[in-house]
Amino acid sequence: MKMTGAQALIKALEMEGTEVMFGLPGGCILPAYDPLLDSSIRHILVRHEQGAGHMAEGYAHVTGRPGVAMVTSGPAATNMVTPLCDAYMDSIPMVCITGQVPTSAIGTDAFQECDTVGITRSVTKHNELVMSAQDLPLAIRQAFHIATTGRPGPTLIDIPKDVLQNSMEWHWPTDAEVIDSLPGYRPTMKGHPRMIKEAARLILESERPILYVGGGVLKARAAEALLELAELTNIHVVTTLMARGAFPDSHPLCLGMPGMHGTASAITAMQQSDLLVALGARFDDRITGKVSSFAQQAKIIHVDIDPAEQGKVRRPDVPIVGDCRLVIEEIVKAIRELLATGSTQADTSVWKSRISGWREQFPLSYEPSEPGEALKPQFCLEALRDSAPPDTILVSGVGQHQMWSSQYWRFDKPYTWVNSGGLGTMGFSVPAAIGAKVGRPEATVWAIDGDGCFQMTAQELVTASTERIPVKVAILNNSYLGMVRQWQEMFYEERYSEVYLSPDTPDFVKWAEAMGCVGIRVDSPEEVQPAIDRANSIDDRPVVVDFRVAASEKVFPMVPAGFGNDDLLLPPSQMARKEFLR
Amino acid sequence: MSVTSTTSQPNYHILSVLVQNRSGVLARVAGLFARRGYNIFSLAVAPTEDDALSRITIVVDVESTPLEQIVKQLFKLIEVVKISELDPRRSVERELLLATVRATCDDRGQVVELANIFEGKILAVGADAITVSLDGHPDKLDDFEELLRGYGIVELQRTGRVALPKLDREARLRAVKGKVV
Repeated sequence: MKMTGAQALIKALEMEGTEVMFGLPGGCILPAYDPLLDSSIRHILVRHEQGAGHMAEGYAHVTGRPGVAMVTSGPAATNMVTPLCDAYMDSIPMVCITGQVPTSAIGTDAFQECDTVGITRSVTKHNELVMSAQDLPLAIRQAFHIATTGRPGPTLIDIPKDVLQNSMEWHWPTDAEVIDSLPGYRPTMKGHPRMIKEAARLILESERPILYVGGGVLKARAAEALLELAELTNIHVVTTLMARGAFPDSHPLCLGMPGMHGTASAITAMQQSDLLVALGARFDDRITGKVSSFAQQAKIIHVDIDPAEQGKVRRPDVPIVGDCRLVIEEIVKAIRELLATGSTQADTSVWKSRISGWREQFPLSYEPSEPGEALKPQFCLEALRDSAPPDTILVSGVGQHQMWSSQYWRFDKPYTWVNSGGLGTMGFSVPAAIGAKVGRPEATVWAIDGDGCFQMTAQELVTASTERIPVKVAILNNSYLGMVRQWQEMFYEERYSEVYLSPDTPDFVKWAEAMGCVGIRVDSPEEVQPAIDRANSIDDRPVVVDFRVAASEKVFPMVPAGFGNDDLLLPPSQMARKEFLR
Repeated sequence: MSVTSTTSQPNYHILSVLVQNRSGVLARVAGLFARRGYNIFSLAVAPTEDDALSRITIVVDVESTPLEQIVKQLFKLIEVVKISELDPRRSVERELLLATVRATCDDRGQVVELANIFEGKILAVGADAITVSLDGHPDKLDDFEELLRGYGIVELQRTGRVALPKLDREARLRAVKGKVV
């Protein structure tokens, strides 16, 4: 069957199961937008290409399916760099299509030409400039295959305008053809049996084990297997920022988030453990603090599908390359076999009682505001959490509000938490929340944002209004770039440099209304609940709630950058009893 | 990027990287080294017996970076099909050197003699300069270069090394019988 490259592109996207794509047309990608009119694919027209990228990420986060974004060449492609890098750092499956100037114009500094493949090379798992219409179906299949298998990540296909216009003979490559075309790409799925046995033995032998759970567990859809492993062995679990929801916060074995702003019990349990079972986690600097003083007595079992993560930061005693779900299931099986053949698990009761002591003594805490004082952001989050319908998806930007969201929410289901972990992209939450709502329209989606973050990508609420995507946004508005302010207060002798935004400009309520949303302002504690109830009752348009919160509130606990995890700073009310944290 | 005699110390590694012969592959490999802060000592790229594949021979200075991480990161590139680390003691290495050396009538004879001793070739002779070539083990090229330096090197270009694993005794015997594929 003869068709144009553009028709082949859209057909290939349909064949790959694309239901929705996020994008914005322009000169070079124009030919692809014509067959889109006749396609089953829903296209969401964004207001800025960065928004399209983050929407695709949010969609992928909550559905597990690759997010698809399509934009034109030049500035559109460069606007896509941030979301691509974000997706690369957080291993989000995403396929990005960019237009390119016609093949005859490549290299001539043509209008809206840029070296898209060159620019995005280090922020994609793979990218390719397709020079012939005939090659398009294979390139698209490869892009989806690479994005969604192994360690997931973003891929980009750059298509010159004439390639979209040229005619081709339709051919849909088979799975075998795709795999044969990528001889160097064979992700390891199954863990090494000897290593799995060794891991099972170590887990049973250790007296102070901790399951250190990272985003890879969610990517591998291994939450159930993890629950089985934890309950079988009765080992406590910490879930990193990328893994919140992978293990229920309400479970008695859950210690919450470790790391720079983790709970005191999660941080200390890792620090004091004799065995860390790292599952799809990458020993990020925000987790380890100073590496040389990180969990010094711990042996390491490291399960990761990416061999390059093994030994990158900390040398594992038992490295297992493979898919987290398959490997955890095998470890569970191996442990059951050992138990069935007479092995017993070491006595962990002393360890357990130490952990429960830490949990009792060092819960997350903040000082509630006195009457007449400004609202506390944590109070707003608790109220949002307690009023949230079941299965609410929480999406955050980057900064203080992100840490409070992770700390104070209760994540009981996987894929209910979306944030920018590795890259730390301010402005992530509004577009990512829109993408999440598109992927899971039946779920309530709350974006928690800061006033700094919100001002970076808020215009996508116009997209949300016009496309009828009723997300809810809570701005924890302290008129500051709050996290930077916190560092300047604590580490730069309260010398505040370029962190004060403005108390009243923009007027977030008017801005929300101008974008077709409902805008609500909240100044005092009494207004919090009615505002949240009202926001939760609105389902026909986006809502923005501007919570005016205390500027001086800081995120605790905190391990200052460059320090070890033993040097964590507790909330002032707990500092006096820090000696019990060992 | 100068190749000095430090390459003969065992603090370098030769990576023989088989890649799909597609545009942009070299940029990917070079970009990876730059982005991760690894230092490339020398690099040679050429097609192999299979049209679909090219071989990149990279000499890495690994005093600062663990080789394991380099290899693992390289292997994450989709187009990288195979990576072998060649132990210098168990591989054959070759490199080509071209040099134009200052040589007036008086010392032209000496340069020619030097080239002959090293089994090099005279490629061109001018009034006050001479161009020579030498191929061989990089260490031999180092020595040759050092000696040429005394006469004054006008221009010098080396290709960077290429290498293949040495055949073991059994394989050598089989090779003699023409059975190696």
